[in-house]
Amino acid sequence: MKKIITVLIVLITATTFAQNKNAKASMEVDGVCGMCKARIEKACLNTKGVKFATWNIDSHELKLIYDERKTNVETIQKQVLAAGHDVEEVKATDEAYATVHDCCKYRDDKVVDDHND
Amino acid sequence: MKRLIFIIIMLPIIVFSQEHISGKILEANAENQEIGLAGANVYWLNTEVGTVTDVDGSFTLAYKPQYNKLVISYVGFKTDTLTINEPKRIKHWLQSTDNLDAVMVTSRKQTTAKSYYKATNVINVSSDELLKAACCNLSESFETNPSIDVNFADAISGTRQIKMLGLTSPYILIATENIPSIRGASQAYGLSFIPGTWVESIQITKGAGSVVNGFESIAGQINAELVKPSSDDALFVNLYGASSERLELNTHINTKVNDKWSSGLYIHGNKHNKEHDVNSDGFMDMPKFNQINVMNRWQYIDTEKGFVSFINLKFLNDEKQTGQLDFNPDTNKLTTNALVLSGDEVWGSEIDTRRYEISTKFGYVNPEIPWQSLGVQTAFSSHKQESYFGLNVYDIEHNSLYTNAIYNSIISDSRHKIKTGISYTYDHYDEQLDAGNLDSNFERTENSVGVFFEYSFDNLELFNLTAGIRIDHHNLLGTFVTPRVHARYSPWSKSAFRASFGRGKRSANIFTENQQLFSTSRQINILNSGGNIFGLDPEIAWNYGFSYLQGFNLFGRKGDVTLDYYKTDFKNQVVVDWENPGEISFYNLDGKSYSNSFQVEFSYNPFEYFDLRMAYKFYDVKTDYNSGRLERPLTPKHRVFANLGYETGIQENGAHWKFDTTFNWLSDQRYASTSSNPSEYQLPERTPTVATLNAQITKVFSPKFEVYLGGENITNLRQSNPILGADDPFGANFDSTFVYGPIFGSMYYTGLRYKLK
Repeated sequence: MKKIITVLIVLITATTFAQNKNAKASMEVDGVCGMCKARIEKACLNTKGVKFATWNIDSHELKLIYDERKTNVETIQKQVLAAGHDVEEVKATDEAYATVHDCCKYRDDKVVDDHND
Repeated sequence: MKRLIFIIIMLPIIVFSQEHISGKILEANAENQEIGLAGANVYWLNTEVGTVTDVDGSFTLAYKPQYNKLVISYVGFKTDTLTINEPKRIKHWLQSTDNLDAVMVTSRKQTTAKSYYKATNVINVSSDELLKAACCNLSESFETNPSIDVNFADAISGTRQIKMLGLTSPYILIATENIPSIRGASQAYGLSFIPGTWVESIQITKGAGSVVNGFESIAGQINAELVKPSSDDALFVNLYGASSERLELNTHINTKVNDKWSSGLYIHGNKHNKEHDVNSDGFMDMPKFNQINVMNRWQYIDTEKGFVSFINLKFLNDEKQTGQLDFNPDTNKLTTNALVLSGDEVWGSEIDTRRYEISTKFGYVNPEIPWQSLGVQTAFSSHKQESYFGLNVYDIEHNSLYTNAIYNSIISDSRHKIKTGISYTYDHYDEQLDAGNLDSNFERTENSVGVFFEYSFDNLELFNLTAGIRIDHHNLLGTFVTPRVHARYSPWSKSAFRASFGRGKRSANIFTENQQLFSTSRQINILNSGGNIFGLDPEIAWNYGFSYLQGFNLFGRKGDVTLDYYKTDFKNQVVVDWENPGEISFYNLDGKSYSNSFQVEFSYNPFEYFDLRMAYKFYDVKTDYNSGRLERPLTPKHRVFANLGYETGIQENGAHWKFDTTFNWLSDQRYASTSSNPSEYQLPERTPTVATLNAQITKVFSPKFEVYLGGENITNLRQSNPILGADDPFGANFDSTFVYGPIFGSMYYTGLRYKLK
């Protein structure tokens, strides 16, 4: 049993160490709700080379795993900004922010408060 | 950081003219020691007003009535937001993110939750919902759920039978922690072998379900997640007593062996030794019973390396005795050798079950790459039932091995997930029965090996799809393909349209699934002989479903409406024909057999802590019997369900009240034909309607201790003559299967729960 497990683990991990096909990154992205989550994650995953993106509603942390040969953090950040979400100190353009749904206006305290209920 | 400096500069300016709030921020620890947290950020939400705690964790901060959310954060700790209504002193423990799993979720969740995002139509029943029916095992925990129907199998054994989409439990895959568990020999009584307190939550999937857990499910899947040693209370005691003099005791003891291993010992005992005969037919209304049920779980978690493992050992001993009052098994038990009946014999029955089970689960999640995981499950069970019902003897022994290995990964990115794996199942059945016209010895072995592949696509917003296929080679069912597809589409906010279709195939265990037949004088007939299982062919059915869920806000309160339509179409079925009162016949379907079910459900939260749930169901379940196309007997066409729950606000010491009441109404049901009986043993064509009401009050004194009191069937509705031919149980017309409603009438119970974290 142990041997089989070891072999399987080796098989799984072998594919991943070959190159930095699975680079990791984490950043803070502003948003408020499940709709924001879908929008942020979609913006990342639509970037060629991004394999995994998950944004936490409470902590605002975006975790990424991407293929370094195909993309980089800056490109992904740009995609998130273009979707209308602020990334750390960088604000999305007003045009981009205007495209997010009314219930997702995370810069509006009232909207944020509504989501806290 | 910039903001922080700003805050610090601003602070003295604001501070002067204001009220203050002060307090201390501490580091949470298992020993509850006061360890001050220096340097934590404390600020009012959405303001620039904040501070940093000093060396011993103390802080002072300006307060204004319009500030009410205080945010406390620190690197490596979970950020907390406190609601402050008056400027009093605050003492707050901040949880380190290492033990985030242990953090309490304070928002109030729905006890029965439907998913807006999954492709499958899954209803999650939480442990809070399970507490609404305080008693006692899995078969009784569906009483507050409109998707599952619970009724009595017969008037003798007290066994509850569940139905989904109008089909009985053999057509539902019932699993514990995704290992199919209530099948084969445990089909009839298995639900009563899972104590309610062991269950952490239940997932009910309507329709075909996933291919991962096998090919057998037809109407749907029910999965019971059991309590886990690492998250369950260190000590849990539940004592229950009912007016029928039924007593139950549940004890859980959980210990952390070291930082990776946890262990739990769960002991359940129930006892009922009083004879009741409310309807004065000379028969006990419910059996006398004794059950001992023990489970030992071992849980291994290594989050750094990504390993999770469970080892479970279970033992069950269950003894039931029922029949006429004053039946004494030692003196009144009959054997077929002494078959000259004098007329003074006492009809009685005993059902003794012993079951051993060992199951293991092993899971590996690649900590570097969260989408890659591997799971291996194995379960072995040995189930032995020895029983007799009057002159009918029925014994079954079932040994079963189940193994399943699942590998999860993605294609290109995490919107495209795949699951693939291999499974192997082995079942050995040995059955013995005394039926003059049949072979008395039935022994068979079934084994199957299968591979499965499931692809799911999620566009993260509007649409997702799960499509699975499996190919199995089974020694008696042959080699066959099982496809199952589920899709969800949400065109607007808070909506979910779902559609599914899938195929299921199974071998019918005709005797054990229809054990109530032994409590009758019916002769057993098997009309086919060419097939592999009791001479019969495998059952094959397609299930198609469509459902629409819409959430809404009405007067500022949340609610949702669900519309469901499911159709099950049997290509072959082993028809169980009760239409001749002197016989029960099993034969392959010749013609059509289908079940159409329509359900509309409405949930609303009209004011805080008050939940309302209502449902209406319509069933059209028909089968082509040898005597023509008929409605399935004892299946009501209409059902109305309502559940009201109310909780008082939770006080600081955790004390609160909970009130819950459930109403059920069933329309008239068709009796299987009794027209060839002598007139005194004939029943009308249809049953009366049935309306029952259950209610429960729980007083929670503290998070440690609570007491509950409840009543089942408060309006004391009873079926007056549930046993046909009760005056002559060894005669030709004895039949205990014509049960449509409660036999015992109202019952009251009380109990307590004590928990130690």
